Amino acid sequence: MAAFIIRRLLVSAVLLFFISIISFFIITLTPGSPYPWGELNPKVSEEVKRVFREKFHLDRPLHEQYAFIMRDLFTGNLRSIKDERPVLEKIAERLPATLLLNIGALALSLSFGLMLGIYGARHAGRPPDVITSVIAFIFIALPGFWVSYLVAIALVDWAAVPILGTHTIGVAFTNGAQVFLDRWWHVMMPASILAIGGIAVQSRFVRASMIETLREDYIRTARAKGLDENAVFYRHALRNSIRPLITGIGMLLPALISGAVIIENIFAYPGMGRLGYEAVLERDYPTLVALNFVTAALVLVGNLIADMLYAVVDPRVRLE
Amino acid sequence: MITTAPAPIQTAPATPGGRAWRRFRRNKVGVAALVMVVILAIVALVFFVFDRLGIPFPMDPDATNLERKLLPPNPVNWLGTDNLGRDVLSRLLNGAYISLTVGFVAVFVSLFIGVVVGAVAGYFGKWVDNLIMRAVDALMCFPTFFLILTAVALLGPSIFNIIFVIGLVSWTGTARLVRAEFLTLRESSYVQAARALGQRGWKIIFRHILPNAAAPILVTAVLGVPEAILAEAGLSFLGFGVQPPQATWGNIIADGKTYILDAWWLILFPGLAILLAALSFYLTGDALRQAVETRSERQ
Repeated sequence: MAAFIIRRLLVSAVLLFFISIISFFIITLTPGSPYPWGELNPKVSEEVKRVFREKFHLDRPLHEQYAFIMRDLFTGNLRSIKDERPVLEKIAERLPATLLLNIGALALSLSFGLMLGIYGARHAGRPPDVITSVIAFIFIALPGFWVSYLVAIALVDWAAVPILGTHTIGVAFTNGAQVFLDRWWHVMMPASILAIGGIAVQSRFVRASMIETLREDYIRTARAKGLDENAVFYRHALRNSIRPLITGIGMLLPALISGAVIIENIFAYPGMGRLGYEAVLERDYPTLVALNFVTAALVLVGNLIADMLYAVVDPRVRLE
Repeated sequence: MITTAPAPIQTAPATPGGRAWRRFRRNKVGVAALVMVVILAIVALVFFVFDRLGIPFPMDPDATNLERKLLPPNPVNWLGTDNLGRDVLSRLLNGAYISLTVGFVAVFVSLFIGVVVGAVAGYFGKWVDNLIMRAVDALMCFPTFFLILTAVALLGPSIFNIIFVIGLVSWTGTARLVRAEFLTLRESSYVQAARALGQRGWKIIFRHILPNAAAPILVTAVLGVPEAILAEAGLSFLGFGVQPPQATWGNIIADGKTYILDAWWLILFPGLAILLAALSFYLTGDALRQAVETRSERQ
């Protein structure tokens, strides 16, 4: 187990290095003006441009730029072009809201995906399965921003579900439980919409894995010894669905964070996705480098956790 | 003179492609989806030609008419008009080719990169494979849409840049798949035979292994189209898609969101178009997957 974890950590360190290179080069190698005010703005003098280039090391060769950015990122000195605040501080501010939203969406995806997938596998090849499959693909094909607006119209008219921000404005809750519930109440809508695609992807995954499992020898044995179909299905086959459940964590996270960029904007939700969109609008490229790096690193951590859970759950992995 | 033709004898088609096509035809959902894809492609092509020839059918998508702004669906404007009095139906039809072009061409770009990278990693193995696959793993950690948004915003939004960037970040799945196929196929006896005959690596890759991995590659390609369509719609919605006045499904919704409580038709119809297009490709791709995957005969 220890050897497995150490090897995993080493691989992750290598991945982190690749991640840092990718996030750096996407910003630097992209042709186009690095200046937040545009390349040809006549009101900006050469002097200002030179100071800007020097400040962000743009006058250095690429490998030095990379070293500078990574050094600044890890020492917390990388500053936003827009307000000169340390980028890590800006990200840290948004992190709790982002975690709440994405973990909420992940939980919804995994649980509902499991149910839909089991239902499909139980009726594999028959009309209920065909119908749930089509529903799953409708879920995957739904543009999140479109659903958000349709839901927003419906909710504003018919229900008092909040659709903006993270907490009720103008009410100071003194009780910790109230604050907590208020947070969840606000995150519910964006998290549900964010989870739609995840539920569908996860259900396909669970369904395929269940169908695969149902072909195993031990299932035939269970049937042969006269167990009724429900016992075979829910006691013997379902146990193996824990594996796609764990894999789902690593698989769904990047997609959820991607979707959050749009959803957070619509629901005025102050997470990292919205920070990213604001940084894109302002061409705030230190923030963009850092955000790409941090989100990818977070996904990596998610994958690492999933791998370790895997090793705990599946004896075959532990043997490695 | 009456002749009775002998009843055609049903024989299993000789080629794997023929057999897969027969299995595909039995899948009603898949066939319906494929028909939808073909219709969409024809509509997109026809209205693209209309646009270039300047034929205003059913109306000019860019003609504003402030006396007829924000009208709900009516006999003249079947799907209503927007805040500048432009006909929504005409704009939807006119924008179709943007979505489909981005979908198809971005998939070609990603397919090209994915196949080459995956083939090299899978065929040569050892440290080449290790290096490439670690880079692929790293790239897979990035939230794709955010990556696309960042790159398109820095490059400047144009249909070429959007296609290029979407293709450039979405090849990882294909690469993994092609690599896995190559790892198994390079051990097969016909590849051994080709190697024994002294053929070169590149020739073995493209002449002998790749054609045998064509089926799963085709499936990922079809399933990649809706991903690109949805990514383009998202970009358009955020204002980083193909720029106005060119109508795209995403930017009709983006423009319409200001009038969300007064003009539901500006939100509903373009969204339905995106959903329908993406869904048709997903269902076609899934049916195709079932048809070529002989292993899963239960589905």
